[in-house]
Amino acid sequence: MGIDIKFPIGLMFSLLGFLLTGFGIVTRGDDALYHRSLGININLWSGCGMLAFGLIMLFLAWNSRKTKTK
Amino acid sequence: MRQIVTENLFARLFFKFVHLQNILLNLFAFYPQDKYEDTNLHEMINSGFVLSWIDYTVMIVYFVFVLGIGWALKRYMKDASAFLEAGRSMPAWVAGLAFISTNLGALEVMGMTGSGAKYGMLTTHFYWIGAIPAMVFLALFMMPFYYGSKARSVPEYLKLRYDEKTRGLNAILFAIMTILASGISMYALAILMEKVLGWNFHLSLVLSAAIVLAYTYLGGLSSAIYNEVLQFFIIVIGLLPIVVLCMKDLGGWQGLQHQLAPIVTSKGFAADTWTTTWKYTGQARENPMGVEWYGIFAGLGFVLSFGYWCTNFLIVQRAMSAESPTAARNTPLIGALPKMFIPFLIIVPGIAALVLMNTPGKGFTLPLNEAGQPIWDYTIIMLLKQYLPAGVLGLGITALLASFMSGMAGNVSAFNTVWTYDIYQSYIRPVTRDKAADDKHYLQVGRLATIFGVVVSIAAAYLASLFGNIMDFLQTIFSMINAPLFAVIFLGMFWKRTTGHAAFTGLLAGFIIALIHHGVTFPAGADTLVKGGWICKYHAYPVEMAQNFWTAIFAFTTSALVTVGLSLATRQKKSDEELAGLVYSMTPRHVETNVPWYKRSTTLAILVLSIGTILTILFW
Repeated sequence: MGIDIKFPIGLMFSLLGFLLTGFGIVTRGDDALYHRSLGININLWSGCGMLAFGLIMLFLAWNSRKTKTK
Repeated sequence: MRQIVTENLFARLFFKFVHLQNILLNLFAFYPQDKYEDTNLHEMINSGFVLSWIDYTVMIVYFVFVLGIGWALKRYMKDASAFLEAGRSMPAWVAGLAFISTNLGALEVMGMTGSGAKYGMLTTHFYWIGAIPAMVFLALFMMPFYYGSKARSVPEYLKLRYDEKTRGLNAILFAIMTILASGISMYALAILMEKVLGWNFHLSLVLSAAIVLAYTYLGGLSSAIYNEVLQFFIIVIGLLPIVVLCMKDLGGWQGLQHQLAPIVTSKGFAADTWTTTWKYTGQARENPMGVEWYGIFAGLGFVLSFGYWCTNFLIVQRAMSAESPTAARNTPLIGALPKMFIPFLIIVPGIAALVLMNTPGKGFTLPLNEAGQPIWDYTIIMLLKQYLPAGVLGLGITALLASFMSGMAGNVSAFNTVWTYDIYQSYIRPVTRDKAADDKHYLQVGRLATIFGVVVSIAAAYLASLFGNIMDFLQTIFSMINAPLFAVIFLGMFWKRTTGHAAFTGLLAGFIIALIHHGVTFPAGADTLVKGGWICKYHAYPVEMAQNFWTAIFAFTTSALVTVGLSLATRQKKSDEELAGLVYSMTPRHVETNVPWYKRSTTLAILVLSIGTILTILFW
């Protein structure tokens, strides 16, 4: 129906991933913040993971659009 | 200058918002400050849950996308079929993820994590034996009839296969059940937001209902399905950090097993009871669930799960929205693949929580109820608090909110379909000759039913807050229809002799037997009649779950016997031609010759069953 859901999923996770990666980079070395997560910069890791997932989804959306127009 | 203007705008918007909140508060001023206003509980959960700007940003981004999807779909909603059936156009993977996402509501996430702490890996019976076989059966044997019959809902299948009265009974019970479920889920969401985030109960309720209403009103079932897919990913990605962190904290699976042993033995069970599934099901007293292997096998693995997965329109509707017969068959199978791994996401952290609770140095506690017992349902929330710093915390909270809304939207979108097609179209305003006008009319009815569904859910949520027990009771009662319904649909699909009168009587008899069984038995130690024993206290089950299993087994057996007996005694009114496409023996086999072998349903089914078997053996 109408829209390809891969596109909004990809866009949203790229955006959230970008946001969390950025936040992770800015807050790196902040021991008080990452005390809960056992000293792991979990924002950076989650952010990178989400960014990768989002970009893959965007690529798939772009790819299926290309094959459809052909 | 420009900056000042924007700041002013924000300030004005903010005050408008505060004003709105005040109005709403006044509106609900008559609402009593009830027993849930337990400030200790609130403080205990709330301390440490200070959300920062980054958490709110994550939340806002998510909701913008949720509403945006509804908005983008608005222009495709031209007739009732587009709105209520998603135009039968969903790719199998979309329908498949929506299929399990509907079931992955917050009550499921919270409940299963709690069960993980309470029962350990035994909880996976709800997945590996209690869902996978039923999903495979639905896919291979039932979807061809649901989809191929052109029925638009499960009640409508009953109408085509049997008669009007059977459909009517099912449609009305289903409509009430979905609204109850939606109301209870909304109530739980508002309580959660109040306890965890300190938000106003009424505002949370109205706001979340408004979001769900907005996107289901705009985009109908398509919007609900697309959002369920989005919700699926946000739930998985949002909860994953907890699994990783608690595993790391406890030294992995090995470390977890090691630290569990003394805790479990002190409860009077064998050391590995919490990390195995079938090993201690030889005798009921050897495992914390208090059931034997045959109770699990017959009650959960057969009657309850087949009743739920194969006949619940809320679930089946997702598969019926698929774009082709093959996609419809593949929908439950594609859903089954991630479903098998969800225990690692929500049950394993629950088991870890049991260790954390019993390790003083970790500083992990669960809030207690008045009786001094831990409130297990809050396990996942306390884990969020334990491990997640600002940033991923927002993501985790968003995942929980998403799963609540998924449950609500799923119920509302199933409700409006059954209301429009099975109640309104058959009893209030039947189809006329003017198809174009009809389409428009029923689209309008579907839309209004959506608003009606949400409004009644809000009312149900308030009823749940006032009479929580009664609402739980009603939900238990109405869900008892599932087991007899499975008996009736199963016999209808595979035995062409089954008649309408027999089906109706069988459905009713199974339902009544379930009620009676619930009325004369009770779980040991139950303090309210809500849990059973409201006729007399004839038999006590060790735990509530055992009672549920046996209720379903009795209901199913009665229903099947009555339906078979009466079918033999009554005359079949439907001719063989009428039964084509509805009954197995009257329908040409579905062939998948033009589909590559790896996309065929049988290939997928074998894959699903093999992975399920491997997981069962690994955690035997």
